[in-house]
Amino acid sequence: MSDLINTVLGLYNYWIVIFLMMCGFYIVVAHDNLIKKLVGLNIFQASVFVLYITFGKVSGGTAPILGEAFHVYSNPLPHVLILTAIVVGVATTALGLALVVRINEAYGTIEDDEIHSQDDEP
Amino acid sequence: MSPELALAFSIGIPLIGTLFIALNAQYPNLREAVTLLTASCLFLTVLSLLPQVSAGDRPSLVMLEMMPGLPLALKAEPLGMLFALVASGLWIVTSIYSIGYMRGHGEQNQTRFYVCFAVALSSTMGICFAGNMLTLFVFYEALTLSTYPLVTHHGDDESRRAGRVYLGILISTSIGFLLLATLWTWVIAGTLDFTPGGILAGKADGPVIGLLLFLYMFGIGKAALMPIHRWLPAAMVAPTPVSALLHAVAVVKAGVFTVVKVIVYIFGTDTLANMTQDDWLSWVAAFTLVTASIIAMTKDNLKTRLAYSTVSQLSYIILGASLATGLGIVGSGMHIAMHAFGKITLFFCAGAIMVAAHRTEISQMDGLGRIMPFTFFAFLIGSLSVIGLPPLGGAWSKWYLMLGAAEADKIVFVVILMISSLLNVAYLLPVVARGFFARARPDAHGAEGHAHAPASAGAAATPGEHRGHAEGGIHEAPACCLIAMAVTSAGCVLLFFYAERIVDLLAPIAGIR
Amino acid sequence: MIAAHLPALQVVVPLILAPACMLVRLRDAAWGVALAASWASLAIAWLLLQQVLASGPISYHLGNWAPPIGIEYRVDELSAFVLLIVSGIGAVVMPFARESVRAEFGTRRVYMFYTCYLLCLTGLLGIAITGDAFNLFVFLEISSLSSYVLIAMGRNRRALTASYQYLVMGTIGATFYVIGIGLLYAETGTLNMADLASRIAEQPGSRSIGVAFGFIVIGLSLKLALFPLHLWLPNAYTYAPSMVSAFLAATATKVALYALLRMVYTVFESDLTLGLVPMYAMFLGLALFAMFAASTVAIFQNNLKRMLAYSSVAQIGYMILGLSYINVTGLTATIVHMFNHAMIKGGMFLALGCCMYRLGSVHIRDLAGLGRTMPLTAAALVAGGLGLIGVPLTAGFISKWYLVLGAIERGWWPVAVLIMLSSLLAVAYVWRMVEAMYFTPPPETVPEGMDTRLSMLIPTWVLIGASLYFGVQTELTVGVARDAATALLGMPR
Repeated sequence: MSDLINTVLGLYNYWIVIFLMMCGFYIVVAHDNLIKKLVGLNIFQASVFVLYITFGKVSGGTAPILGEAFHVYSNPLPHVLILTAIVVGVATTALGLALVVRINEAYGTIEDDEIHSQDDEP
Repeated sequence: MSPELALAFSIGIPLIGTLFIALNAQYPNLREAVTLLTASCLFLTVLSLLPQVSAGDRPSLVMLEMMPGLPLALKAEPLGMLFALVASGLWIVTSIYSIGYMRGHGEQNQTRFYVCFAVALSSTMGICFAGNMLTLFVFYEALTLSTYPLVTHHGDDESRRAGRVYLGILISTSIGFLLLATLWTWVIAGTLDFTPGGILAGKADGPVIGLLLFLYMFGIGKAALMPIHRWLPAAMVAPTPVSALLHAVAVVKAGVFTVVKVIVYIFGTDTLANMTQDDWLSWVAAFTLVTASIIAMTKDNLKTRLAYSTVSQLSYIILGASLATGLGIVGSGMHIAMHAFGKITLFFCAGAIMVAAHRTEISQMDGLGRIMPFTFFAFLIGSLSVIGLPPLGGAWSKWYLMLGAAEADKIVFVVILMISSLLNVAYLLPVVARGFFARARPDAHGAEGHAHAPASAGAAATPGEHRGHAEGGIHEAPACCLIAMAVTSAGCVLLFFYAERIVDLLAPIAGIR
Repeated sequence: MIAAHLPALQVVVPLILAPACMLVRLRDAAWGVALAASWASLAIAWLLLQQVLASGPISYHLGNWAPPIGIEYRVDELSAFVLLIVSGIGAVVMPFARESVRAEFGTRRVYMFYTCYLLCLTGLLGIAITGDAFNLFVFLEISSLSSYVLIAMGRNRRALTASYQYLVMGTIGATFYVIGIGLLYAETGTLNMADLASRIAEQPGSRSIGVAFGFIVIGLSLKLALFPLHLWLPNAYTYAPSMVSAFLAATATKVALYALLRMVYTVFESDLTLGLVPMYAMFLGLALFAMFAASTVAIFQNNLKRMLAYSSVAQIGYMILGLSYINVTGLTATIVHMFNHAMIKGGMFLALGCCMYRLGSVHIRDLAGLGRTMPLTAAALVAGGLGLIGVPLTAGFISKWYLVLGAIERGWWPVAVLIMLSSLLAVAYVWRMVEAMYFTPPPETVPEGMDTRLSMLIPTWVLIGASLYFGVQTELTVGVARDAATALLGMPR
């Protein structure tokens, strides 16, 4: 029993990752509003950031600083990687929002179903 | 000219010809002169190869290495030599005929016609001299595609539909079956070179051979075995020179030629002869040749009737090859030449009747023989040759085919060949009989003819014209058409006396003498 | 000196020249810069291929940091071949772009278009050249982000929604890929592909690695539009500007496929025998579905760009099919078809670009009588179509030959038959186009003059010509592909 609790609570960041991932994914799939889809996409990506940072963490480790006093430190590489991924995510969001603005100008709506019905008309 | 060069030129000359034909699009006389010149050059080139091949040489040429171990290669051997001579020789005659026909008929897009014709001939030469199965397949497909614009020449709905059938059947059988069979052969034998004795000999066992044979035979759609013969009647919407040279000689003979090649050089006659279940091919061929003859009898449109006759005659050749005996192979090879001369004459006549009298249906041809005696006489000679009566070439090939069947101890096929000859009489001679002996009733038949075939191009004549013909005595097709018919019918007669030459040429591959 | 830095230059040249395009601002100058960058890339890719063929794989350490810590650029036969495809297509479509872009995109801020194009080129080249799994993700996103922009520049407003849809699906795909890489990193502590391969080999049967494999395969399958993850592709190719459709159709999916090959064969190679075999059954099934479903849908399309897009999905099926055989012939077919399909489809999309330029439409109805009004363009479409069918003497025949050969070698008879049958579906959709072009009279409103501008016809025919040339001369394509396939499968030459 205590093993189980350890698995559930001890790995809580992974549970968070999975929860966020599924949340984001669901929003992307289920919502018709283009902005909300982007929000979902962001949550989805954020879960990956958390995932990377989680396995960079070393228990009891400090920030990776060179010095006599510090022997155990967290792995800095995942942080670096995830900085890149965050930049990519920001760019994607920006581009996505720009597209939504243009779609709104062209169709007068940002609801997926309304856009589809407009496209099907002619 | 060295033999290797001659091989390359036999492909190249028609292609070079297309260039000049296209350049002279504005000058019809020059364009047709180029066609004739090209055809003559091609024939002479092919002829220059004959002495070497008869002497037992097998000149060969590798054009390029298409895939590792799989070159595009040419090689002259007796069967291909014979086919190439027939096709290139008849191209000259057909070119003369085309001039008369295309102008007399006022066809559109004549430059495209001559260009595609030359490309088709180039592909045919490639098939004749293919040194391996891949090369043959490549030119086989090239022939299909280059004849498509010819079949759909008129560009109307009817020819579009016919084009679909034509291309649909030929492409789907060749890609679906023939290519698969070729690849399988390559995997089993490790080579695709045509080798006397067969490359599959001793490399595969019964069931595989049987399945491969099936794939090859139904993959070669151009051989028009039933039930994949539908494209041939469909192709009859094309202008008559196309039907004459391509759909009585080049394309269909390319099909049966491939069949013979595959049987002789891929399987090897011994492999097939030792097979227990190889009979089915002979039976399918026998079925096709009888059924097609019966269908031919029911057709009123002359070209369609001739097309079904071709389907039937092609199966003679397949039957001969499937017997897997030396005499059968000789009979098949010979029939390629004999039937070519006979059938092209018949098509020339059909075209001449269309140009001169604007009639396409046999029921409209009562008494036409008295207006076009020359044409109907040529038709008679062609018919007799196809039926196989001496002194015409067709007699020999049927003789050898029957000998082959007898040699294989399959008397039943001898009987079937005889029955089929009787059927030939029944569907060909009535045309001549109507022409010469039936009394012309131009008014009634003119109108009736329209009711029968409103869509056919030839039926455009008015009843008034028909009356004019009946009263005006002899009215023949343009001189060019007549010359062509004279040449091919003379050929039918001459082949009877020179058949020995063909037997000598084919003897080495058939393993007789 | 410079020769030693060619791998870096391959990526750096278009990357540096992309902002340069923006700085010059003038329309034609920006085009000139992009043209120069494309041609320089082609030259570099050609030199790299020669180097690789002469002296084996090149390993380039970026900034002199030794791998596995530093990022390694690794050029072997496969990556050099893909570099050649991408830069070759880029070099050919650029001359075409000038008129086409002016006509379809207007004259405002055209330099932005070329900037995005160069960034896209950079990303695609980067994917092919990098030997680092995370670096690959970065390049994947560079190319994807710029291609979203390029697609959104189409004239029709549906280009916007198509681009948005692609953005969402593409981002999900890329994120899946990152998750997979993350799991791999957690398990092995490295991102260098060669290093990853050897460390994965040390932990056979690890479940995390299996999961990572799944994420990576699905992520990349989204990017390469493997059926049924292809939903973004038809709209994107249909509504993008002509030049973009041609460029992306010929390169983007191929490069994603390259990444998949790299991952499956180089990184996870040792796990092939360890319970991942069902993955190949999945590839096989999906490939067959793609070949039939997408080809069937293609038959019913009236917009020819959409028809070609569905045809692309089917052709990707062929490539995946070759991959699923796990033998040298199958992989050779995959790699050869990457090249051949790039030529054929690139050429056909360019031909449709000519129609778009001259007639303002690529609807099958508006292409009536094209055989008369634009004979050269129509002939290009026919020649390309024959290639799609796989008629001999076209490049498509070579691909199909190896694909069927591989199936027979594997003993998969039904697959061989199915490949042949699916070719017949291609006959149907190609012939629909042929009949429209040659059997219907042209409308009376067609502008006067023969065909279209030479600057557009020549690139079209260069690609179509290449697809015919490589149908008979296969020394380069099959030779390199076979070497690459043997290397991927880790077999001795």
